This record gives sequence, structure tokens and C-alpha cells, in this order.
Amino acid sequence: MILEGVAHVFGDHINTDYIISGKYKARLTDLDEMAKHIMEDIRPDFYKQISPGDFIVGGLNFGMGSSREAAAWVIKKAGISAVLAKTFARIFFRNAINVGVPLLRADTSGIQEGDRLRVDLDAGHVENLTRGGVVTTHPLPPFIQKILNAGGMENYFKTHGGFDM
Amino acid sequence: MGMTLAEKILSRHAGKDVEPGEIVLAKIDATVSHDSNRPLALESFQQLGGKKLFDSDRVVMLLDHHYPAMAETNAAVHQKIREFCKEQGCVFYQGEGICHSVMPEEGHVLPGDLVVGTDSHTCTSGALGAFAAGIGSTDMAVTLITGKLWFMVPETIRMNVTGELPPGVFAKDVILHIIATITAEGATYQAVEFAGPVIDEMSMDGRFTLCNMAVEMGAKTGMVAPDKTTLDWVKGRAKRDFTPEVPDPDANYAQVMEFDASNLSPYVATPHQVDNGVPIEDVVGTPINQANIVSCTGSRMEDLRIAASILKGRKIGEGVRLFVVPASKEILKTALTEGLIEILLDAGASIGSPNCMGCSAGGHFGVPSDGDVVITTANRNFKGRLGNPNAFIYLASPATVAASAIEGKIAEPRPYFSS
Repeated sequence: MILEGVAHVFGDHINTDYIISGKYKARLTDLDEMAKHIMEDIRPDFYKQISPGDFIVGGLNFGMGSSREAAAWVIKKAGISAVLAKTFARIFFRNAINVGVPLLRADTSGIQEGDRLRVDLDAGHVENLTRGGVVTTHPLPPFIQKILNAGGMENYFKTHGGFDM
Repeated sequence: MGMTLAEKILSRHAGKDVEPGEIVLAKIDATVSHDSNRPLALESFQQLGGKKLFDSDRVVMLLDHHYPAMAETNAAVHQKIREFCKEQGCVFYQGEGICHSVMPEEGHVLPGDLVVGTDSHTCTSGALGAFAAGIGSTDMAVTLITGKLWFMVPETIRMNVTGELPPGVFAKDVILHIIATITAEGATYQAVEFAGPVIDEMSMDGRFTLCNMAVEMGAKTGMVAPDKTTLDWVKGRAKRDFTPEVPDPDANYAQVMEFDASNLSPYVATPHQVDNGVPIEDVVGTPINQANIVSCTGSRMEDLRIAASILKGRKIGEGVRLFVVPASKEILKTALTEGLIEILLDAGASIGSPNCMGCSAGGHFGVPSDGDVVITTANRNFKGRLGNPNAFIYLASPATVAASAIEGKIAEPRPYFSS
């Protein structure tokens, strides 16, 4: 699958409190409503800057902190097609795969705010259409790739009737 | 080749000898989920077509993040959880405290167990020598249906804490120092084994404080091998059989790190990252507006005793607010019996009912105003963590927080222990 969109670049150690603040976990239950507050504490109005298909680009340890699956959900609900980062925190990693948000581990240091990217999920390539150049992503373990290919854990689980190790 | 504690527990639960890097399906001993994360574990369970829990005695659901309800939203969520638990016959708590206190106190997690929870600080129970890890709602749903979950077997980092803790220096200082050293991603995907003379001497409360914050360095879990301290603590709480495991002497570690506690200063994590830790000397004198003794890592019995020992007969500084929220009802009751609550109230503290208030409740309790500086015994100082992104949060031990509350600025706790 080919994805194309604009890069929204964040730094290292973006935690899940930043992705969706705890106060909205308390005040809201609807994930579409929560998505409007994505990254609000560190980038107010970020939701309005997103066009469907855009990418979030992080540095090291993206998604650290709280286990809130809503962090993965609001990224999906806000229209982000994939997250690229140098490394991911483990609970967020599992959550994103489970809800069907592709995560790409790659050297993101050359990507700048507003760059247009073309991502080939199957080949594991990220092409920077604005600046030129291609970076290669780390492949996922086959078992995890299967969950992602199914569109997330719900479809995987229903299709396989459990785990197919 | 010998095995680490994590490898031994995962091997037993996977029914085969495991190796780091391998993905295995493992049997889960107990689960816990609370009222905060969306979707709720029960909603994901229903979404995945779940009809019946794998074992209702091993499924714990409780209300701690937004209990008592602050608004209709929370009340509706609470009602939904209550109804689900009644229908499924699973274990339910409300008002008993924070899940990471209640799970060990009530014997739902035991040495040698494999436990998952929809909260990143589930690793707290690693203090009992369990493999306890935080997961999201969908992973929980799968577990609630099948009683199993997949794991990538982690490598283990062994952290030996040697020497002796100086007076006025506590488990919280040790862990803030460790996280500052290894960084917020230094143990990502790995398990951490805490060991060495300081850990051997440490109480269960101290070990819970330590393991709670393993996730703040990215670890899958933090653990202490069970010993007499562990088994004595578990006695009378366990309601089922359990199999304690200890690491093999020839276990293979990804890394062995040594930390000498003998000359350790009280540690303070500065805004807005947990790994921004510095010795107190670097920040002493910073004016504060609010002091919190709260959370699953910072408001256990020992924490309240330490804070009360400093606050006894003293008053908090003018213009300072002090919020104390015991981590569980069991702790609150003991604190009442020991007269600690009276000491704290006399010093000027406000006391909250036992839950996640003042740590992550998200606008529930003790929200700071713009520009406020908060010093807290909690585990996270992210921007906005207390409901206001324009506040500045410092993390410290209960001793440092109590001393700072008295002096109205970040203060050295050690003089209070030098009698």
C-alpha cells in the first residue's frame, strides 16, 4: 500500500499524555471528540492542521508513558495514516498495531515540518518528495505484520478465532 | 544457560523454555483494568465479540482514576463497569484505592505470577517477583476472552544497588537517579531486575516505589526477586497457590549496571521529563506553590510515615498548598490508627480519599494554576499532567516534598534526619 501526505514533525519522547491529555479521558468518552484535542498541550490547534492521510513524524521513544489506547485511537480518528519515528515505546507500539495504525521505524532526522512524503508500506520505503531521498524502515516481525495487515487486532482475532502463532 | 527472572516466569506461563526476542503466547494469572482509559476494557471485550470472561475470579475491575465521579461522564462510566462486573461475576472494587495498591494488598498478584493491566504502572507489582506489564484495552480484551496474551520475550537489565542509603535518602531518590542515568528510553522493551544490598534491605513499600517507575525508563516490567520480605508481606494476603521464581546465578543479562547508593543525594526530576533528574543541590531554593504526596509510587504507608515524621509539630509555608492522597483505604486506615492523618492535617494538609487524585486524575483534584510550581511524590511530570500545561512539576521523595512544603521552596530533607 502507498500512502502520501504531509509530515507533522514532533521531537523526541512524545508521551501519550501529550497525544491526548488525561483531562479529556476524564471529560469525554467519544473517541472522535477526543481526537479534536490531539497534541493540544504541546501544539494547540494541531487537529485543524491535519489533512486526511498526513503523517506524524517523531524522534526517539515516541508514545512513551501511559498505556491509554486512546492515544493510538485519536491518531487514527484525526486522519493520520501512519506514524514514523526512530523508536517507539512498547505499550504504544502494541496499541497502534492493535487499532491498525501503521508504525514505521526509520531514521526520521532528515524530515522537516511540512515535507511531503510517499510511504510504500510493503517495500518499507519512505520517499521525501519535498527534499528528495529515500529512507528504509525496519521490518516488523511477521506475526505483528499479520495483525497490521488484518487492519488491527479486532479483524485479526475474528478472522483467526484467536491467535495464530 | 541460566534464565533471568522474567525468562523463568514467561517460560512457565508459555509452557516451554523461552529466549529473548522470541514471540510467545503465555497464560495470564490475573488482569486489572480501571475507569480511565478509552475504550474501556469491557468495551473492547464486547467489540471483539467477548461473551464470557476466561476466569471471573482472576479478572479485577476497579474505579480509581475518576472515583468519586466528578461529572456525569464518569458516573456513566462507573455505572457501566458496575453492571458489567455484576453480570460477569468478576472482582470489583470502588473506593478501595489505586489499582497498583489494591492488587497486591488483596492478593490478586503473587510472586511468580504473569499479570497484565490496562495501566502503564502495572509494573508496580513486579516488586513481588511477578512479571507485571501494562497493556492497552484491545490486548486486555483478547486476554479477557482467551486468558492468554502474546509477548516478545524481553532481554533483562540487572541493576545492582550497592552500599547503604544515607539518612534522608529513599527508594524514590534511587529510582529518580537510575532513570536520569539510563534515560526515558534506556530500558525500552526490556525487563529490569533490581538487586543488591540496598534492595535486599528495602521494605516492600520501597520496592513498589522502585518497580512502579520501571516504565519511566521504557521497561516492560521492573522486578525484585522474592525473598523473606516478599513472602512475609504476601502471607495472609494470598488466596490461591503461587510459585515464586528467582533468577539463575548464571542468567544471561543484556547489561549489568551498578549504582552505589552510599553517596546519593536526594534526587529531583525537573520539568517536563522524568529523566530530567538532578541532585537536590542543583534546584534547592526554587519557590513552590503546591506539594503533593500522592500516587501508586509515592503515597504508600512508608511514604506517609516519612512525610509525617518531618511535618510533625510543624506548619507548611505561607502560600503553599499540601495535598495528601493515600494510595489505598488500607493505608489510610493504618495512617489514622498511627495518628499520621492528624499530624498532616495539623501541619496544614488537605487529605483526599484514596485514589489517583493529584497524580493523573485529569482535572479532578489539585489542578495547579498558570505558572504554578508543584513538587510531588508522583511518577510523571509531563506538561499538563495535573490538568494545566502552564504549570511546572518536579518529582521527589516524600521527605523532600514534606521539607519543601514547610519551607515554601525546594528544600533539603537531610537536616530533618540529622538528630
